[in-house]
Amino acid sequence: MKSAIAAFALTSALVAPGLAAARPVTFTTTLNNYGGDGAYLVLYLTDAAGRYAGTLWVAGGKSKYYDSLAGWYRATGGDPAQIDGITGASVGAGRTLEITLDLADALFDAGYVLHVDAAVEDMRDSPDDVAVPLTTQGAGKPTPGRRYVASLKYDM
Amino acid sequence: MIRLLHRWPGLAGLLLVALLAVSGAALSVFPVIEQFAAPRAAAGLSVGDLAARVQAEYPGVEQIRRAPSGRITAWWFEDGTPGAAVIDPATGQGVASADANPVERWLVNLHRQLFAGDTGRLVMAAGAGVMLLLCASGAALIARRMGGWRRWFGPARGGPAARLHVELARIAVAGLALSALTALWMTASTFGLLPDQARAPLFPATTSGQTGIAPNHIAALADLPVAALRDLSFPDPTDPADAFTLKTDRGAGYLDQGTGEVLAWTDAPALSRVTDTFTMLHTGRGAAVIGLVLGLMALSVPALAVSGFALWLAGWRARPRIRRNASAGRAETVIFVGSEAGSTWGFAATLHRALSEAGQSVHVAPMTAFDPACYRAAKRLLILAATYGDGMAPASAKGFIERLEHAPALSGVPVAVLGFGDHSFPAFCAFADEVAQLLTAKGWTELLPPDAVDRQSPQDFARWGRALGRTLGLELELVHQPAQPATEALTLVSRRDYGAEVQAPTAILRFALPRAGFWQRLMRRGFARFQAGDLLAVLPEGDAVPRLYSLASGSRDGFVEIVVRKQPGGLCSGQLVALEPGSTIRAFIRPNPGFHSGHGRAPLILIGAGTGIGPLAGMIRANRHARPVHLFFGLRARESDFLFAEELAGWQRDGRLARLTTATSRGPRPYYVQDALRHEAAEVLTMIRSGARIMVCGGRAMAEGVTAALTDILAPAGLTPAVLKAEGRYVEDVF
Repeated sequence: MKSAIAAFALTSALVAPGLAAARPVTFTTTLNNYGGDGAYLVLYLTDAAGRYAGTLWVAGGKSKYYDSLAGWYRATGGDPAQIDGITGASVGAGRTLEITLDLADALFDAGYVLHVDAAVEDMRDSPDDVAVPLTTQGAGKPTPGRRYVASLKYDM
Repeated sequence: MIRLLHRWPGLAGLLLVALLAVSGAALSVFPVIEQFAAPRAAAGLSVGDLAARVQAEYPGVEQIRRAPSGRITAWWFEDGTPGAAVIDPATGQGVASADANPVERWLVNLHRQLFAGDTGRLVMAAGAGVMLLLCASGAALIARRMGGWRRWFGPARGGPAARLHVELARIAVAGLALSALTALWMTASTFGLLPDQARAPLFPATTSGQTGIAPNHIAALADLPVAALRDLSFPDPTDPADAFTLKTDRGAGYLDQGTGEVLAWTDAPALSRVTDTFTMLHTGRGAAVIGLVLGLMALSVPALAVSGFALWLAGWRARPRIRRNASAGRAETVIFVGSEAGSTWGFAATLHRALSEAGQSVHVAPMTAFDPACYRAAKRLLILAATYGDGMAPASAKGFIERLEHAPALSGVPVAVLGFGDHSFPAFCAFADEVAQLLTAKGWTELLPPDAVDRQSPQDFARWGRALGRTLGLELELVHQPAQPATEALTLVSRRDYGAEVQAPTAILRFALPRAGFWQRLMRRGFARFQAGDLLAVLPEGDAVPRLYSLASGSRDGFVEIVVRKQPGGLCSGQLVALEPGSTIRAFIRPNPGFHSGHGRAPLILIGAGTGIGPLAGMIRANRHARPVHLFFGLRARESDFLFAEELAGWQRDGRLARLTTATSRGPRPYYVQDALRHEAAEVLTMIRSGARIMVCGGRAMAEGVTAALTDILAPAGLTPAVLKAEGRYVEDVF
């Protein structure tokens, strides 16, 4: 069980109204027993146009492996400034990553998509293991992943 | 200093380094299996063709990766299910499961990080650092011990643990150092401390917007040999903005999925090559044979750890605690100790105790603490000095020579020097000799002439103690027992007497072989395993100091045989020569590996006089494979003290002894072994040129005569006895 709370800042426009228009959101990512070492995961958002909007969390501390998180890496080049203060340890097979962040209300029901890229040493890279729209209706409903992620859900 | 850098890291890191080595050795097997099991790509195959073949088999292919071992794995996604397989590059078909071996993965996690993440990685990296330090300090110690880097593979001398340690280390040290160095480099790389990462460039903002080019039509892939491939990720065909991602040993970049054009590329930094090479050497992936060799070398580490620990423990146990050591300023007698492994301290403690009991105030100090200005009450200085390697100062005497050179001699304070050494080393007591000469040169007065203790001989030490006592007007009986094993009772089964007519009553005594205990048999120690040339330490009635006799038999002969000459007034030899069959003595085995005949086919030149024939006869008896042996035997008169006469004739008949030359010293024209050697100089030289080993056993005067004769014999070949000694081809057992 991983837990973290971080003030999340996407573009300045999204956080502009201040904390009054934000609420804590808990993301719970459970991994399969895929039979390998700890997985590197990244949770990030794209906007309605499919453009990269911001990073929520990176699980895995060594930047040399970040290019295996292919979708996210393409958008950011693994820029350390993007993930300062929002990184943690990699997540073992069968384990659960739980993070809680203050997200602006404006991110919900606005076409934003939550992506999870995953990678494991000596195993395949898995960009977009999960891709799920951020909606108030979708809250609390688990979404299955493609390879390493068993399920992802977010609760408000 | 170097020894400290070897001892303390070695003791502290013992288990960690052994764990690293054993797990590493186990891991070295996997690349070999993989190299044989995985199908290999034909030399001319391009990545483009490979990718096209895989895509034909698995239209949903998403990623192809080539491991450094050459194994190619593909991953695909079809009908909503992910799939993966090891690919045969010739067909593009999957031939084996892509799943990692769970045993290997477990071992990697243990070896790399102790199952403890980054903390474990740092601990294991510290282990590798300790290993590197041990390799460097150990190599320096071996060079010092052998007398220089050029004698690296010279004969290892010393006890079994020391020999095992040196023999293993000098073969394995290069591999261990390489493994440790590459491990540290890889750790630094993992933690991002090295600018060696080949990073993919930023993803291009625009693409051609087209899709569907076949991989074998992409120029960048068609020209790329499979051996250079790291990873090829296929684009999402439904997203024209996506592209191929290519990683090679040269760099990384993106290829357009419509035109095949290189959209962006970054070259790998120069250091990445170093990291790749180091990783290959360390893991054996891509160099399985090297990996296996390194793994085998790593297997020596547990043995090195155990023998190293045993050596330290033996030295630590031998180091005595000096009780009631007088202060340097008040002591009448100051004892200086130059010791490498610590055994000389034991002798110093005995001397300290005996002098203190005789009413003296005595201060004991290491030679490193030598400072003449301090010894205000001193009436005499005693220096007990071992020698390290090829005449070097031992650990506790470093810098003594320099201090002595710069200090004025104390007037009225005479000095005695006692050397400790092993006669089988070429530079026997060389350091003690150097100290004694420098003392004379600097004008110090001599309390006693320089003397020596061979192989921790309690008799040598006791004799020197009596000489010291006479000088001081004291009754000084030094009884020093270097850690002594338990004795066994030996029953005499037969005796043969010689030499009464020539005033040298001598007996060949044969004892029944005592039953070895379970532990002795297991460890092949004591009476469970000995050979001619080892020593039988006999405890005479009424004395605690054992006397050493060279063994004339080995455990395989099934009996214990020694040759004893009655010494005038000798306590032990008197008791032995008076033994009747059925009576018993107390004794133990003291191994003497420096005086073994060894294996091989090289000729043996055995030279012995009087009772010195004993071990040589035992070696001939054990020579069942008819190795060429030439024995030179010096005796007094053939009809009186021709020891082993019947056996020698029999051994000549059955081929164990090729040639026997006797020299008799009684008679109108005395003739000694050295004369016999000169007489047969040509043949002796021929044998030495063909690699012969010379073994000399007998009295000191005889040994000196033999050395002089050999010096003349060897001169035409440009050799000296010293050179042969350094090569371990000229060994002496002198009493």
